[in-house]
Amino acid sequence: MTADQLIIFLSGIVGGALRVGVPFLFVSLGECLTEKSGRINLGLEGVLVLSAMTAFGASYLSGSPWLGVLAGAVAGALLATLHGLLCSLPRVNDVATGIALMLLGMGLAFYLGKPLIQPQAPQLPALSLGGWSDSPAVRSALEVNALLPLGLLMAVLLWWAFANTRLGLLVRLAGDSANATRALGYSVSGIRIAATAAGGFIAGLGGASLTLFYPGSWNEGISSGQGLIAVALVIFARWSPLRCVGAALLFGGAGAIGPALQSVGIGWGYHLFNIVPYVLTLLILVITCRPGVVVPGSPGELSSTR
Amino acid sequence: MRNVLLPVGAIAVALLLFGFIVSFAGVSPVEVWVLLFKGAFGDWYSWQNTLQRAAPLMLAALCVAIPARAGLVVIGGEGALVLGGLACAALAHAVPLPSSLPGTVAICMAGALAGGLWVALAGWLRQYRGINETISSLLLAYVAIGLFKHLVEGPLRDPASLNKPSTPALDEGLLIGTIAGSDVHWGLVIGVVVCVVAGLWLRLTPSGFAVRVVGGNPRAAQLVGLPATRLVVLACALGGAAAGLAGAIEVAAVHTSANAALIAGYGYAGILVSFMARHHPLAVIPVAILFGGFGAAGSLLQRRLGLPDASVLLLQGIAFVLILASEALRDTDWKAWFAKLTRVPSDGPAPQGEKA
Repeated sequence: MTADQLIIFLSGIVGGALRVGVPFLFVSLGECLTEKSGRINLGLEGVLVLSAMTAFGASYLSGSPWLGVLAGAVAGALLATLHGLLCSLPRVNDVATGIALMLLGMGLAFYLGKPLIQPQAPQLPALSLGGWSDSPAVRSALEVNALLPLGLLMAVLLWWAFANTRLGLLVRLAGDSANATRALGYSVSGIRIAATAAGGFIAGLGGASLTLFYPGSWNEGISSGQGLIAVALVIFARWSPLRCVGAALLFGGAGAIGPALQSVGIGWGYHLFNIVPYVLTLLILVITCRPGVVVPGSPGELSSTR
Repeated sequence: MRNVLLPVGAIAVALLLFGFIVSFAGVSPVEVWVLLFKGAFGDWYSWQNTLQRAAPLMLAALCVAIPARAGLVVIGGEGALVLGGLACAALAHAVPLPSSLPGTVAICMAGALAGGLWVALAGWLRQYRGINETISSLLLAYVAIGLFKHLVEGPLRDPASLNKPSTPALDEGLLIGTIAGSDVHWGLVIGVVVCVVAGLWLRLTPSGFAVRVVGGNPRAAQLVGLPATRLVVLACALGGAAAGLAGAIEVAAVHTSANAALIAGYGYAGILVSFMARHHPLAVIPVAILFGGFGAAGSLLQRRLGLPDASVLLLQGIAFVLILASEALRDTDWKAWFAKLTRVPSDGPAPQGEKA
């Protein structure tokens, strides 16, 4: 591999991490918020697909990608609210409901999104951070999603809010001890529904960045498990919004190995390199989980880690 | 009684809601309901189509149902199914098999083995590493699909398959034939038999009972010294084997070679079937036929009314959500509820249960 090819390959990885990592970042932040309140939302996969479709459709119809982003986030919040409400019913299990919402979200998105497969919607602008470099590969790699700064800001904000605000404390309280929350006179269900809805809103931004930036079109294979990888990613980030940023970029980079190799002319094993993020997730789970031991940092009420 | 009434009610409400949603596309809901019934169970042709789809659904649902009885939520049946189909085609490609029943049995066993090992891995990871099996099984499903695509488009590809990468077609003698006088292949019989055997195993045998104890009350299982780890892995392996068998049957009876058409979402629909059957292998059979029917009617909806092919997926999603939500009504004391309703006929809404 020559030096030029190495630069192309590396910038492919970095660019991929920045591009592919943004949806991961939003979904993992949304999942982090939901799980902090003591509930797991496997339905974020459905939220992601539905919000991707809604954002694309709204951008196509209104002509403004930012309206699309808003519509996607609202659609995500609505579907997540449904999850929150269903899980508050007696005898309804949050994992099973998540699977159901995954199916429902995909069904709704594919059903309503059928006419959107052909057209092209106005896209989000890119922020060019690569002006300092002469290499076109580096320049194109550093054309980052305009939503990335928002995601980073949100990560810091969530981290700060969990530690320093009354609202953040309430969410953590509901996640760590439902009984203590009730004793203090707060509604556990209310807090969890609100946190789930807000998580869906944030995850919806990730869906919007899928169809409005990269890959930038709507089709039925737009999300292949990013919403679920995010669940594992939150475990990896040990429920810290700041660590979610690093984890999301790592996963974006891992997912970019296949396309980056293809860009330097190595087409072998394209599908094999595409499964790297899943294998990486499994490896991380193998390393971080211990039988009978609660993962450090996990909310005490969470069903998935017990 | 409630085990039947609640899901049936949920499906009925799902159909109502589905009709309401499609009416926005300018389609008459009544027409949709009639076509759904006609396409699924209207005539002998529809019945054959329905039953053909029901066969893999039953087996894929067992991949959820059997681990569920051991207390696990496994949702990676699609991966086991795909690998089962791949193993079946790969064995026939690699080893010269007799072109007769023993050969067919061998490729089916290969599929079951591949699927069983794959899902057993998820159970093993849970028992030995404490990894949530729902997440790991789904991740494993994506890995399986990636492996499948890599092998089908690479090392195992039949050079003659140009536009649609496939493995070499199975030998004529290895294929699973149709039941005399119909288009339905013998896979349906295999599916029904496996469901019955699984149901009897869970109900009548000591090991089946032990699996249910582990799932129903882990603490009690521990106290009486049941080998929980082995039983959980066993349940996963059996479930995975059923899904792998489904993949092998799809290849040997429908597609004749392993190709992307195998990734048709039976594994995901199986989750819904199993939850609606309350993870009962015997109840899986009628539920699989019902959803096989919806699948069969989907193409009719597409042809006659111009609805998107995803409308069946939408119906499945609505049905799934409502079936789970209907669980909340299980504890309702309906007699008291009706008594209250008749005593105060016009006074406000019905009393709501206290939210937990």
